[in-house]
Amino acid sequence: MDSTGVIIAFYVLAAMTIGSAVSVVVVRNMIHAVMGLIGTFAGLAGLYVTLSADFIAITQILIYIGAISILFLFAIVLTPQASRNNQESFLRFPALVLALLVAGVLIFVALDNTWNLSHAPDFPETASTIGELLLKTYVLPFEIASVLLLVAVVGSIVLVRPEPVEED
Amino acid sequence: MSIHLEHYLIVGAILFSIGLYLALAKRNFIGVLMGIEMMFNAVNLTFIAFSRFVKSDQPLSAHVFVVFVITVAAAEAATALALAVMVYRTRDTINVDQIDLLKW
Amino acid sequence: MTSFFLKGEWYDFRDLGNPVGGLLHDIDKIAPHWVVYVVASLIGTGGIVLWGVLSCLAFIWIERRVVALMQNRKGPNRVGPAGLLQPVADALKLLMKEAITPRAADKIVFWAGPVLIFVPALAVFAVIPFGPKMTLADLNVGVLFLIAIAGINTPAVFLAGWSSNNKYALLGAMRTIAMLISYEIIQVLALLGPVLLVGSMRLGDLVGWQDHYNTWIFFIQPVGLMAYIFAGAVETNRSPTDIAEAESEIVAGYHTEYGGIKFGFFYQAEYLAGFAIAAAITTLYMGGYTLWGAEKYIPSWIIFLGKLYTVFFIYIWARGTLPRLRIDQLMAFAWKFLLPIMLVNTLVVGGEVLIWRENDISDVTALTLIGLVNFFFGAALVIGWARFLGHGRGRQVGRRALLTQEVGAVYFGAETSS
Repeated sequence: MDSTGVIIAFYVLAAMTIGSAVSVVVVRNMIHAVMGLIGTFAGLAGLYVTLSADFIAITQILIYIGAISILFLFAIVLTPQASRNNQESFLRFPALVLALLVAGVLIFVALDNTWNLSHAPDFPETASTIGELLLKTYVLPFEIASVLLLVAVVGSIVLVRPEPVEED
Repeated sequence: MSIHLEHYLIVGAILFSIGLYLALAKRNFIGVLMGIEMMFNAVNLTFIAFSRFVKSDQPLSAHVFVVFVITVAAAEAATALALAVMVYRTRDTINVDQIDLLKW
Repeated sequence: MTSFFLKGEWYDFRDLGNPVGGLLHDIDKIAPHWVVYVVASLIGTGGIVLWGVLSCLAFIWIERRVVALMQNRKGPNRVGPAGLLQPVADALKLLMKEAITPRAADKIVFWAGPVLIFVPALAVFAVIPFGPKMTLADLNVGVLFLIAIAGINTPAVFLAGWSSNNKYALLGAMRTIAMLISYEIIQVLALLGPVLLVGSMRLGDLVGWQDHYNTWIFFIQPVGLMAYIFAGAVETNRSPTDIAEAESEIVAGYHTEYGGIKFGFFYQAEYLAGFAIAAAITTLYMGGYTLWGAEKYIPSWIIFLGKLYTVFFIYIWARGTLPRLRIDQLMAFAWKFLLPIMLVNTLVVGGEVLIWRENDISDVTALTLIGLVNFFFGAALVIGWARFLGHGRGRQVGRRALLTQEVGAVYFGAETSS
């Protein structure tokens, strides 16, 4: 992790990610906030690539930018007038203090701790190993996750469906 | 100067705290959900950073965990946004300060 | 004569990676190490952009001419000998027209719409192998990259349609997104078939497998190819699935309010996306840059481009002959017909690969058997499932009678109201 390209890429991507996250907080229009969220997801996908997690990076783009962003945009479109603004509630100062405290604690733990570093080189290819792990060691969470997705899909549709018209 | 584990952990911590602020302080329900998604993403970044830098028997088990986190986040976002649309239909608002009655 | 067959020397233009590799080798001797990466990526990107733009310009003329000849009229023949300067006229018009931004539109998002649609269509070409050493970035997850970057189209289309502040644009965007996400699943399953067979998601490995076994995956998995051709047509909004931009229906869908060079971006992105789908079909199903040994005589990138243009001609052919499908017909086709067939196809291919790997069958026998089983079973599955859903031969008269009597929902095989 010490070649020039990776260092430049890390700083540019980290700046893009954190800048987009701050823009989600600051902008007043919800659509622009969702665009900031998309920028955060894209920056994170780039950071995963610098960590040589190729499968997770592509999955992040595919699912977060390709599907979850659309969910947010549709929810904003389906709730007009009430959801155009992005103001903070009256809890903003306690929330700001709490967020800064949490960030402070996490950064202190990250810097102060001596981690059990491994100094291994980059992963050559992760997709096949992830596939094996999903189907050998972690097959039960895999199946439960598929049932969870089915429940979520059916539940969302049942929630939003209009009342069936009674036939006389 | 090279990139170490601490750099990624700091980015993850900042993202997590920004997500926490969004989840606590936004008046719009969808803003709260955006904060929750950002917290999920920060956690994913931390997992992948640990799997790359820290000694373990199977470093890619963190990647499997991240796949599950992405799955659960997608399911939760879908259900929560469906709830938001339904709440808007019945209460005509999604301001979290105004949705405070259990009984209609 | 053997010296005529150049073996990877820098002047061997059968593979353009050779001169580029020689140049990079020379640069590596005199410059820091990171300059090599920058120069390599610049050369690759410049080559892809140049080729993409030139192909789009050429195909503006080719498509309009071919569609016109299929429809028994002449097509562009005014601007130059046989209309060959028509692309130049189109490009000049788009550049010189005023790119109007509506006053009530959202400025930032309106500006970002064409960019967000154009860039993924171009970025897909980074993983496509144009030749043995001519891939810009031969990723380990190349097949997933194709799907993921094509999936960025979805929020981009929505933002373009939303920012126009125009209800037709928003409706067109919503319909386009419904189509795109339905057919994304079909695309993933169709691309999964070759990946199961080859065991790797890297596009270079897929072409290498087809070269090693001297076959095209098209002969082994015809059902997957048919599904992917259709799903690809939907992803790029080409006729017969171009509901989003049908002028007779929805003005121009999500790019109603865009004029001038912004519309030029949408136009170019449509062609580039079509080329990207054709490139994916060529690489995964039709052997990529190999042609059973002809790449010793013909440069491999010419073979690849020839195959790509042939597949794209099939899309032009479909545009010229088939009528447009309705949105509900398209969605029903995706969810009720194609999705179960692709799931069964995945199951069958997985089973075949398992049987092949576990037993000691010779490659030729195994592949022939797999191809024949896939072909007959696929045909039976497609015809059987269509009959099951009621699209068979014998019920047309009954269905028409039902439609004239019922108002509201029509169920296949339902009784008329009492």
